[in-house]
Amino acid sequence: MNKFKKITLDGLIFQNPTFMLVLGTCPTLGLISSAFSSMGMGLTVVVILTLSNILISLLRKVIPDAVRIPCYIVIIATLVTFARIFLYKYVPDLYDSLGGFLSLIVVNCIILGRAEAFANKHTVVESAVDGIANGLGFTAALTIMGVICEFFGKGSLFGYQIMDFGVGMLAKPAGAFLVYGICIAVFVYIIDCFERTRRVKANKLARENLLKEAA
Amino acid sequence: MAAFIVVVLSAVLTNNFITAKTYGICPFLGVSKKTSSAAGMGVAVTLVMVLATLVTYPIYTYVMVPLKIEFLEIIFFIFIIASLVQMLEAIIRKISPSLYNSMGVYLPLITTNCAVLGVTELFTNATMNGDKLDLGSLSQVISGVSESISMNLGWAVLYSLFAGLGFTLVMIIMSGMREKLNYYKTPKALAGFPIAMVTACFICMAFTVFSYISL
Repeated sequence: MNKFKKITLDGLIFQNPTFMLVLGTCPTLGLISSAFSSMGMGLTVVVILTLSNILISLLRKVIPDAVRIPCYIVIIATLVTFARIFLYKYVPDLYDSLGGFLSLIVVNCIILGRAEAFANKHTVVESAVDGIANGLGFTAALTIMGVICEFFGKGSLFGYQIMDFGVGMLAKPAGAFLVYGICIAVFVYIIDCFERTRRVKANKLARENLLKEAA
Repeated sequence: MAAFIVVVLSAVLTNNFITAKTYGICPFLGVSKKTSSAAGMGVAVTLVMVLATLVTYPIYTYVMVPLKIEFLEIIFFIFIIASLVQMLEAIIRKISPSLYNSMGVYLPLITTNCAVLGVTELFTNATMNGDKLDLGSLSQVISGVSESISMNLGWAVLYSLFAGLGFTLVMIIMSGMREKLNYYKTPKALAGFPIAMVTACFICMAFTVFSYISL
């Protein structure tokens, strides 16, 4: 059980694809001007990433090592095609707001990266958990930045107008770059502080144990 | 002639792939530490973008549309781009080893680059929207010109060539700024990606001004 906890925490926080590894930047920067579309993008990636991880993990003994990347790309492209048709039919609002970035999920580094780094070495259940954790980490990061950008850029949240004031720059790519950069810095700083306090605590514990033994 | 100028200005300045559409951010942040490598990456991306348009646009118009298999475009395009890049790499290695040494290392990275798939998607979207190329705010400034541009292979190749050159331009500006940044001390939390993103924010702001020009 500890193994799954580690996979989940890695995907959500310690190896968060958006903040720690800085992968999948194109859809992030292109869509965080609106909270709705960034959250929709994140949830679409959760589904595609989980399914692709499961499929690749199932096929990991079948796919020859030399041609694995083309095989992964075909699997991912098929899933994205399905997602595109599904969203077009059932969630047309989201389809319109994602625009070109929906088909660009194929070249999203997170999905290919997890296939290459995790799914082709681990069991199906582990890969599925990894896919969900990484996808949710991506979704959480995108939603946080989407809320910040939309609230300060347009004065609205998920499309509902809250205040009549907005810094127009923040709803444009320039503001997206700024918010993304500052969010990475803050996230890395918080993780650093967290790790430091943990290390200090561990050192203190070890010293106390040593003193006890000496006594 | 007016149409030509509008397409060039739109592709290079107002609808720049990095600053307006946020396509191709991975190489923009990853390979922009040195001006020489940034220029090499930019030229390689431009080359692949033009070739990809040259191959995918006729296939889409003359094969996929008559057969009504447009929904397979993602799978088709990603495969065409991947094989094109492989072929180009082999040809360059055979013809000119010196060019291969300066440019070839970036070629495999381009397969999973949003900018290349993005530019091919742009033209299929234009085909779907009644053969009209989306020129953004410029088409409002110069009314009447965008009406006269109906999509064909010539415009598609021209647009992708200048979009690639715009990409190269921003890459070179960014690498120059990052080289200068090496001389200054940055706070520890901001070092690396965050400061690069803040730099990119200023480039974007500068390019946003171009969307307000009136001719």
